[in-house]
Amino acid sequence: MTSDNLRTGLYDTHIFLGGRMVEFGGWDMPMQYPAGILAEVKAVRTATGVFDVSHMGRLYLSGRKATEFLDWVLTGSVSSLRVGRARYCLICNEKGGVIDDTIFYRLAEDRYLLIPNAGNRLAVVAWFQSWIDEKFSPGCAMDDVTTTTGLIAFQGPATIDMIDKLADTPLSEMRPFSWAESVIQGAPIFVGRTGYTGEDGFEMLVQGDDVVKVWSVLTASGAVPCGLGARDVLRLEAGLPLHGHEIDEQTTPIEAGLDRFVRTDKEFVGSDVLKSHQESGVQRKLVGFTLPGRSAPRAGYTLSHGGEAVGAVTSGSYSPTLDTSIGMGYVLGRYVESGTTLDLDIRGRTVPVTVTELPFYTRPRRP
Amino acid sequence: MSPDDRRYTNEHEWVMADSAAPSSVVAGITDYAQDELGDIVFFELPKVGDTVTHLVKMGEVESVKAVSDLFSPVDGVVTEINEKLLDHPELVNSDPFGDGWLIKATVTEITAIDRLMSAADYDAFTAGI
Repeated sequence: MTSDNLRTGLYDTHIFLGGRMVEFGGWDMPMQYPAGILAEVKAVRTATGVFDVSHMGRLYLSGRKATEFLDWVLTGSVSSLRVGRARYCLICNEKGGVIDDTIFYRLAEDRYLLIPNAGNRLAVVAWFQSWIDEKFSPGCAMDDVTTTTGLIAFQGPATIDMIDKLADTPLSEMRPFSWAESVIQGAPIFVGRTGYTGEDGFEMLVQGDDVVKVWSVLTASGAVPCGLGARDVLRLEAGLPLHGHEIDEQTTPIEAGLDRFVRTDKEFVGSDVLKSHQESGVQRKLVGFTLPGRSAPRAGYTLSHGGEAVGAVTSGSYSPTLDTSIGMGYVLGRYVESGTTLDLDIRGRTVPVTVTELPFYTRPRRP
Repeated sequence: MSPDDRRYTNEHEWVMADSAAPSSVVAGITDYAQDELGDIVFFELPKVGDTVTHLVKMGEVESVKAVSDLFSPVDGVVTEINEKLLDHPELVNSDPFGDGWLIKATVTEITAIDRLMSAADYDAFTAGI
């Protein structure tokens, strides 16, 4: 089987492990391994899972105008972020629509690492370059190292006890949303205490030649290989948005309930629209909802109230952790209160759902 | 290899004569189908007494990632559904040809199932997908 899709440095490893490969964001990626999505989700919630997330972008931004540039294209405050720390925020267009969401790490006073989604990487690069050319050049350089490096997510409650045995320097005391550098069996790693699963854990950027070695060290220590299927269930349980579902260029962060990642005290692309949205309110909002049983709400299904369509599902799944079905979707403003009952149309069957606070799942505090 | 004591449809259902009752069959989905679906979490099955029609939708199966229609392999009337699947749909992943059966039905013409694919034909069919 040949395709034009990109392959990560772990492609052969996924095939060897029996990964079921699918196209995602222009890459050939494992949907699941033979253990199955439910077993993979359980491993991350109770022990440790490891994900190849090398399909996600890795962009370095550097130069004397890099901070000013990022403060212009990102919704979050860049200048106030200390070196050594990371932050989640959005990249918006002039209408406040979401081009992508991203985590960025401040590496030095004038140097940053930014992680766009796989399918949005080229759009983000083009968007950034157009703004650099227009307002920040010379003084800001962008370097896309996605295809020469690898990215591995090491997630789950047991990662904290395992990480110090695996890395040459202690990492278990790292603060959430901080980064550090270390070495695993001779391979240099850049580690962030970040993730997309709702669990504690780490994400590791490694050089392309080292990605198989680092993956093998983690799996040999007991971390269960997990695919995109488990990743999607985990992020949904944690109430985390996925670009292309909860957020896109036709959706603003305010509608998506991501206000806390939008700074109102600075000017940036889309800030006028977002400010007016915050002041005047929005017509529709993202909500979470649950329904009894295991039949899943799926993207596009209609939510209604008293026979009138009032919204649509963006994501949904059976949640193995909560043993009930969960979903997220947009509904009109008067139906967003927790406890509101709506009707979900599951292929002709009408099922009552209850609007619920997000996230669905919060990890237990460590004793 | 699929078991050769039963017949198959190109919608990945199997059907076999139910030795316990005359003019009766038991039906389910194949190992290929459960493997393609992945972890199964929910079945929507017909009710006892419902009429089902050969290759017409009789229900749905949902896995974590997908939903698929279930098609009846026969013309008949449903006499029993596998109640265990309501709480343990994963039985179909672990034993699709045995404990993971879906429905039993009475059929008007038991010999009609002989016109469906043999195990060898079905395996050749799935090998070509």
